[in-house]
Amino acid sequence: MVGLNHYLVLSGVLFSIGTAGVFVRRNLITILLSIEIMLNAVNLTFVAFGRALGSADGQIMVFFVMTVAAAEAAVGLAIVISLFRHKESLNPDSFTGLRW
Amino acid sequence: MTPLLVAQIALTLIVFIALLHSAAGMVWVERRLAAALQQRLGPIRVGWQGLLQPFADVIKLMFKEELRPKAADAWLFALAPIISATCAFAAFAVVPFGGETTLLGWIPEGLRLQVADVNVAILVVFAIASMSVYGIVLAGWSSNSKYALLGGLRSSAQMISYELSYGTALASVLILGNSMSLTEIVNRQAGTWFGIVPRWNVFFLPFGFLAFAIYLIAGIAETNRAPFDFPEAEQELVAGYHTEYSSMSFALFFLAEYVNMVTVSAVATDLFLGGWNGPFAESIGWVWFLLKVGALLFFYVWMRWTLPRYRYDQLMRFGWKVLLPLSVVNLIATAAGVLYFEL
Amino acid sequence: MNALLFYGFGATAVLASLLVIAQKNPIYSVLLLIASFGALSGLYVLLEAPFVAVIQIIVYAGAIMVLFLFVVMLLNAPHEDTEYDERVHPLLRPGPMRFGAALAIAFGIELVWALNRNGGEAGPFAGGAVSSVAAIGRSLFGPYAFPFEVTSVLILVAMIGAVVLARKEEP
Repeated sequence: MVGLNHYLVLSGVLFSIGTAGVFVRRNLITILLSIEIMLNAVNLTFVAFGRALGSADGQIMVFFVMTVAAAEAAVGLAIVISLFRHKESLNPDSFTGLRW
Repeated sequence: MTPLLVAQIALTLIVFIALLHSAAGMVWVERRLAAALQQRLGPIRVGWQGLLQPFADVIKLMFKEELRPKAADAWLFALAPIISATCAFAAFAVVPFGGETTLLGWIPEGLRLQVADVNVAILVVFAIASMSVYGIVLAGWSSNSKYALLGGLRSSAQMISYELSYGTALASVLILGNSMSLTEIVNRQAGTWFGIVPRWNVFFLPFGFLAFAIYLIAGIAETNRAPFDFPEAEQELVAGYHTEYSSMSFALFFLAEYVNMVTVSAVATDLFLGGWNGPFAESIGWVWFLLKVGALLFFYVWMRWTLPRYRYDQLMRFGWKVLLPLSVVNLIATAAGVLYFEL
Repeated sequence: MNALLFYGFGATAVLASLLVIAQKNPIYSVLLLIASFGALSGLYVLLEAPFVAVIQIIVYAGAIMVLFLFVVMLLNAPHEDTEYDERVHPLLRPGPMRFGAALAIAFGIELVWALNRNGGEAGPFAGGAVSSVAAIGRSLFGPYAFPFEVTSVLILVAMIGAVVLARKEEP
């Protein structure tokens, strides 16, 4: 029988996969994609708890998370584009201008 | 294996095969109608009145060589037509084309003439329409050719721009119909006003008619048909995003375009033209449905061979500066009208 | 049947996400993430939230990922350039990458342990599901009306910000 725990374990695994992506990958776009994986894992948690508690608040929260994720993806990609125009590279290690 | 389950599986197969044949039929209709509009004959030799012409075309396409450019990305090149064709067929799964029927008493519970009955059917149609952008943009990108890339990017930009007006027109119908399920919206359109005018959403002046017009224009732009077919026009970009495709992959794109046309017409019939409601013969409502879809498809072909093509920047300007504000104003006005008249 | 669908969708989501962070070509990453979103949408349907499932496809897979795909295509930088050996797979490279991967695995184990400490509630879902769109709509325009309006201002700000940031400098 599939219960709340199964969904929580799945979302925990997805969240840590996203975290691994942010730590390991050296490509700005892949890092942004890993952030999207993390946001989706959190959405799954919200909907699972909303279902378990019998309220619509979980789905409302997912609605807002999706909207904020869309806004963040748009602004993040605009930043990536302007960085790329400056340096011709998508590697975060190559942006060392503010380092001492 | 109750009779209902058997009937549902059979219905799915029938719908799939009917869609395939409707695409073939549209090829014939388009060529004969184009010929009639241009005062010539068109294909009349293959079979009676040229009805076997589409099958001859398909057989010719099957025997062509399947090409792939050497520098093309193999996976994406093969995946793009699959995405296009799959989304085209999947969108029809939630479209009902008839009321409940008991198949002459064989199925006591009543078989609904719809492959999948979901209560958010309008949103599902919209979701699958937004997924079909991927087939085009991946086809353009993976072909690794100038014409294909430009055509693919332009076409997908056009599709995502007109999706907004498409969705807003759908939202207006949602307000009028008070439900997201296509079956319920059609059921609300039964009956007549004053005994003569059918209670269709398109006659719900002015909001319903405006929503119908916006939906149809956005639908034509979504399916990349004239007058919005700049990205695949022969005179401009060779063939746009499907330049490098041949044989069955090209046939899949072709098929996807025609099935998309049929789906847009079917959804428009359900939402605005009363679906399967007719003045008489309620038990074979699907005949009325087919007649209305046929009328819309005739309109589609008529538009293509009558109107000149929009240039790309005119197209985008129209989508963003005219159609989108109009559809938003229509949505607000519909909501206000429904509230005021307490419908 | 429910369990079968859950394991199927769950396995697809996990596998697709793993492949997302393991691909060298960002276009493949974007497409695999779309597959993962599709699997998550199936999971939402299993949790009797059809509205969330459909707007996941419309917003995430249909709009945000198209944005990502356009940016990847227009920047046309398919491979990441590092000072490491290009032929070694990204997840096997030495140094900070190994530490990062180990940290993520430790984090995953801790999360799974923490989320399971709720008194062994592994049974089926109790309580009814709220699956009607009308209830969500009433909530959005009732108790949650203020965040709803604020979100619309947020999207406007993000749109203006994105246009300004990505504009070419006037020479």
